[in-house]
Amino acid sequence: MTGTTDTKPHLTRPHLQTLLLALLRIRRFEEKCAELYQREKIRGFLHLYIGEEAIAVGVMQALTPADAVVATYREHGHALARGVAMPALMAEMYGKQEGCSGGRGGSMHVFDAATRFYGGNAIVGGGLPIAIGLGLADLMQKRPNVTVCFFGEGAVAEGEFHESMNLAELWKLPVLFVCENNLYAMGTALSLSESETDIHLKAQSYRIPSEAVDGMDVVAVEAAARRSVAAIRAGGGPQFLECRTYRFRPHSMFDAELYRAKAEVEEWKKKDPNLRFETWVRENELLHADELQAIEDQVAREVSEAVAFAEAGTWEPVEQLTRGVLMEAKA
Amino acid sequence: MSAGITKITYREAMRAAIRDALNSEPRAFLMGEDVGRYGGCYAVSKGLLAEFGPERIRDTPLSESAFVGAGIGAALGGMRPIVEIMTVNFSLLALDQIVNNAATLLHMSGGQFNVPLVVRMATGAGRQLAAQHSHSLEGWYAHIPGIKVLAPATLEDARGMLASALRDPNPVFLFEHVMLYNMEGEVAADAGAVDITKAAVRRPGKDVTLIAYGGTLHKALAAADLLAKDGIAAEVIDLRSLRPLDTATIIGSVMKTRRAVVVDEGWKTGGLSAEISALITEHAFYSLDAPVARVCTAEVPIPYPHHLEQAALPQPETVAAAARGTLGR
Repeated sequence: MTGTTDTKPHLTRPHLQTLLLALLRIRRFEEKCAELYQREKIRGFLHLYIGEEAIAVGVMQALTPADAVVATYREHGHALARGVAMPALMAEMYGKQEGCSGGRGGSMHVFDAATRFYGGNAIVGGGLPIAIGLGLADLMQKRPNVTVCFFGEGAVAEGEFHESMNLAELWKLPVLFVCENNLYAMGTALSLSESETDIHLKAQSYRIPSEAVDGMDVVAVEAAARRSVAAIRAGGGPQFLECRTYRFRPHSMFDAELYRAKAEVEEWKKKDPNLRFETWVRENELLHADELQAIEDQVAREVSEAVAFAEAGTWEPVEQLTRGVLMEAKA
Repeated sequence: MSAGITKITYREAMRAAIRDALNSEPRAFLMGEDVGRYGGCYAVSKGLLAEFGPERIRDTPLSESAFVGAGIGAALGGMRPIVEIMTVNFSLLALDQIVNNAATLLHMSGGQFNVPLVVRMATGAGRQLAAQHSHSLEGWYAHIPGIKVLAPATLEDARGMLASALRDPNPVFLFEHVMLYNMEGEVAADAGAVDITKAAVRRPGKDVTLIAYGGTLHKALAAADLLAKDGIAAEVIDLRSLRPLDTATIIGSVMKTRRAVVVDEGWKTGGLSAEISALITEHAFYSLDAPVARVCTAEVPIPYPHHLEQAALPQPETVAAAARGTLGR
């Protein structure tokens, strides 16, 4: 985590390296997850974030360790960008007890108290009220923290979205809503599910300041997130970013992608946030080729170490099956 | 009335419990629909807004899912929220937050995130509020691992269960039967937290065990009075906690009396009474002298007319008749 309280991104060499590293860690981690899924090391649902990395990476730059994050079932990228350790994340993908959720959650339920990462919520829209509550706790305890709540554009069709927008603004809660608009709620196109497809306008209708951002541009996302977080910390109440993006991979590993044209996917891949940022860095000679290679090498090492950690991990004994349902009351 | 005893209604006992909680726990606050300026749908929180202010007696929009979810989030963020839902029927609008989040977060997070949340709501029939304000769905909630479900039936429990629930690190749900709010009696002036793990024997007896909770406790006690006139000594158990159930107290009583009648204002089919009956069968089958009997609400949405509503509900007479049946009388 490299969060600062600056309101603008400073594209110093270390920061460029930070962003590139963060983008690449997500991409390579998830490519490895897809491979491990084929090898049946990872089971259940696996929702990949590939194509959307710039959003998680950009937003996290604006946070401090005391802030909180609520994410969705497509949250590996958010977890990594927030600082959840990659080995523990990979062990969670395997369901091993060394996983960040003790293996009980899996891909869709990543939690991490150390980084205030509150899931990993697999009910669309269900994370928004929790984010409201985390914000309320900060407000009532007069802490300067921000809670960031990520959700997809599919969530805006849920009642919980509208209830939460209203309550957040009504109580001026310190919450940054980040809508990752990847145009498809599983297989249903935005135009088939929303009467108003300009999503940031919905937030404005609740008087929440909002803007639409190019979600394929990590610097644009970071800049918008810094502005929003600064406004929240200044007491401005909730803020809303609609990040326009695209999911390059199928919804999950079971998706035959019957609902979108291959040409559309290819068109969006030209806007690949990782490629775009790396190309920009390369063409402007902001980092040397060997520096870029060093980042690739570092990520490859980290991913393979994470896989080794997960492989070496252990299965929770079946005797512990009913643990963790209730917490023992303190005497 | 002695100095250490105070006369109080169930409603006032709940209010006193909330007041105590807010006075003794700076992180506690109450939120829900009309809890502040209106004074609470059932007037439980009347006057508390003036005492504690709008930050801690927090009126919410009609957004059950958002404010229950906000309670979960606030609990995660270190607060001790008390969320009031007007009636159990309205709680269905918050089921996502209750079942998918409050009950699962500790487990899904591998033990990292507990949810110290208290949710109170009114339940039950008897006020001619018809089929969307009168149901007894606490048995549904008792189905769900990850939460605790309490039913205060007495003034002591109305006064004391909230404090115990707030001390619990888990989500705790309190179901307050609407017909109990005006119940009046005496409690110790210094009454406070009570044990929330055990059922209570409210009336000892040797011939048959009547198992009840919440609003039906008082019908079971009235039934025991009727039975006493026939020379039948009924033991009456108040479950108090619907999840977890205090199996030992239930089984201990049935082993002694060898007969049981379960009284539940929920419906019979797939309900809490079925669970209790099954527990008795599993643990005390060979001690039984008669099949376990059940007196539940008729399998109908609660009707509006008084005579039909009353006919739908368990009554002292029907409970007594079921008890006599177990004795072959």
